Amino acid sequence: MLTLDNIHTYYGKSHILHGVSIEVRAGEVVGLLGRNGVGKSTTLKTVMGLVRPSDGSITFEGREIGGMAAHHVAHLGIAWVPEDRRIFRLLSVMENLRTGLDRPGVTEARRTELLDKVYASFPVLAERRNQAGGTLSGGEQQMLAIARAMMLEPKIILLDEPTEGLMPRMVSQIREIIDLLHRDGVAILLVEQNVPLTLEASDRVYIMEKGVVRHHAPAADLRANHAVIHQFLGV
Amino acid sequence: MEGGRGAASGPILRTEGLTMRFGGLTAVNKVSIAIPRGEIRAIIGPNGAGKSTFFNCLTGVLQPTSGRIFLNGEDVAGLPPNKVSHKGLARSYQITNILPGASVLENVRIAAQSRRHAWNMVRNRFSFPDVMDRARAVLDSVGLREQEDELAANLSHGAQRNLEIGIALATEPQLLCLDEPTAGMSVSETRTTVELVRRIAKDLTVVIVEHDMEVVMGLAKTITVLHYGEVLAEGTPAQIQANPRVQEVYLKT
Amino acid sequence: MGLPLEQIIIQTINGLVNGMILALVASGLTLIFGIMDVVNFAHGELVMLGAFVGATTLGVTGNFWLALMAATLAIAAFGAILQVSTLRPLLGRDPLTTILATFGISLVLQKYALWQWGPSARKLQEPITGQFSLFYLQYPWYRIATALISAAIIGALYLFLRYGKYGIWIRAAMQDRVMAQAMGIPVPSLHIGVFAIGAGMAAASGVLFGPLAGVTQNIGADFTLRAFIVVVVGGMGNLGGSILASIFISLLEAYASLIVSPSQAVIVSFVALILTLLFRPTGLFVPTPK
Repeated sequence: MLTLDNIHTYYGKSHILHGVSIEVRAGEVVGLLGRNGVGKSTTLKTVMGLVRPSDGSITFEGREIGGMAAHHVAHLGIAWVPEDRRIFRLLSVMENLRTGLDRPGVTEARRTELLDKVYASFPVLAERRNQAGGTLSGGEQQMLAIARAMMLEPKIILLDEPTEGLMPRMVSQIREIIDLLHRDGVAILLVEQNVPLTLEASDRVYIMEKGVVRHHAPAADLRANHAVIHQFLGV
Repeated sequence: MEGGRGAASGPILRTEGLTMRFGGLTAVNKVSIAIPRGEIRAIIGPNGAGKSTFFNCLTGVLQPTSGRIFLNGEDVAGLPPNKVSHKGLARSYQITNILPGASVLENVRIAAQSRRHAWNMVRNRFSFPDVMDRARAVLDSVGLREQEDELAANLSHGAQRNLEIGIALATEPQLLCLDEPTAGMSVSETRTTVELVRRIAKDLTVVIVEHDMEVVMGLAKTITVLHYGEVLAEGTPAQIQANPRVQEVYLKT
Repeated sequence: MGLPLEQIIIQTINGLVNGMILALVASGLTLIFGIMDVVNFAHGELVMLGAFVGATTLGVTGNFWLALMAATLAIAAFGAILQVSTLRPLLGRDPLTTILATFGISLVLQKYALWQWGPSARKLQEPITGQFSLFYLQYPWYRIATALISAAIIGALYLFLRYGKYGIWIRAAMQDRVMAQAMGIPVPSLHIGVFAIGAGMAAASGVLFGPLAGVTQNIGADFTLRAFIVVVVGGMGNLGGSILASIFISLLEAYASLIVSPSQAVIVSFVALILTLLFRPTGLFVPTPK
């Protein structure tokens, strides 16, 4: 469904992605692991159209999207949950959700349905629906960021380090949400530094180093064989 | 000149209870380390460990909340970057700090001149042969002598980062602090920079913050691992690799 | 001469009236800055053009309110065209580029106005004649009307931003342009829309201001200047702040003109600007960020 083929991305002169090739099939959870600074977030931003690739192609459902503007990419069915959440702090929880909900083609009935579903999965957001986004705790903001992406009814969610800075209890909640999305048939490209979570939740895993994919295997293989993980992620 | 100035014995850099708080967040928590003269020390740690903040305290970019930083036995905590530089500490930055409109040689010459004849505005720059010699020698050690007349903006990213190191080197530091010197570099550029650092480290002490483990393991004599702003472990590369707590923290197992 | 207290009350009313007109100009300016980081040095010229278009329409139709609507819509449309043709290609470049571009536009518009309408001042006939007694003065009802109309327009803007669907989009894009785009919000179109709204509001204030003083091609500069002072003092991108600051600055100037001549009174606005930049650069009415 989503294919990156030999993607090169620069920030100014800094060559961050040196030919990244990744594939995510419909409904799959694909993990993207790697140390800091290897280009995982940049990969997601390039897919989302927030950064323009200088070479290579990105296809989504058969259509070339490399260099497409972000709001068009969102309309095609790709949603982004960034590393620092980027909640609209001065907007209420409800208004944050509306930024994804207020799109053409959503009937009133569907709106209610989506909202009910999200409030059921994230009761804390229902409680705080009129509170300003900036007043939520870190974990609640992460929930809101994911819920907001779900309002787009995406086919794939680009999840950037959802468990960073969260307490263990919240980490398992994130795990549940990933499972929930998976059950709904939403594909996920999961960038993480939390290795056990990623190996548990993903079907396949790519490991990046210095701007390229260095290893690619089913998660099951990596669960059984830790040497590869240690080589690329350990010390 | 280099290496021998000040107290000949004792560590070149020592921190005592260094703490940096930002409002409610304690980014660096009572960190005490000692770096012997002539060593290459790497500071590593997972995301959010406080490496950059610690580094910024050392180099005068941030004023620490509490604690002391002894450079050659003198407390420099809280001094601004220019004063710290005069005491013998030089630093490279993550965003390249070069003058793009000047030649490679000019970039380094200016830095060298700031150390030796900073206040002499009257004499022609070519009448300081010692500065020119110094600048060329620095370019030799960072491998940019061939490109000395090239405009700095025209260099590749990797060469620009190496020029950065050269600029820091030109100020004749005793302690060189490198902030992720191989970030954004390809594998071959990384190797070049690693060799460069090995060469220049013969005459001074180097502290390097890095994420690339190959670079760290290949260069460092001693590694300090930070985690949540505290020192988690310190030791040789072999000791750190064998340390289960360090593996745990990196892999979150 | 009346008692000082009477003078103070009169100046308070004057300050409020002027403040509301200024608020109409400044809110457009601060919105434009908030959403697309453009410092619009041509904003005063949009006021001026609005006044001229209003004067011409008034001359043709004899109806002030029609002139107000026509000028607002015409200049809003013009603003949209201006944004797409001149400012959109400059998005993302360093701020100096947009400052120079809008400054250039302001010069072009001034000369165009001179060519189109000639050098002599236009006067608009106020739609509401009649005055009421205020102490020793006969105070025109029209001045009160301008304050109320401005307040109504700003109130409508506030409601639109707070509750409307596009209002949420605009507020989101002002806070985080990149994330708004990633949510599918068509930020480039919002830029056009906000610029048009800002231009329309500027034009409306020009027409409202018309009967109070003569309209020449030079009146823009004063508006731009005061609007900028207001936007800085009120906090850039902060709508509520710019309204409060407009009233604050206008009251300051009104009181100052009790002591010095009105043309010298503008000094207090500059003093307020400098003090704000020195001590509360994010805006006088904005809580200092932690």
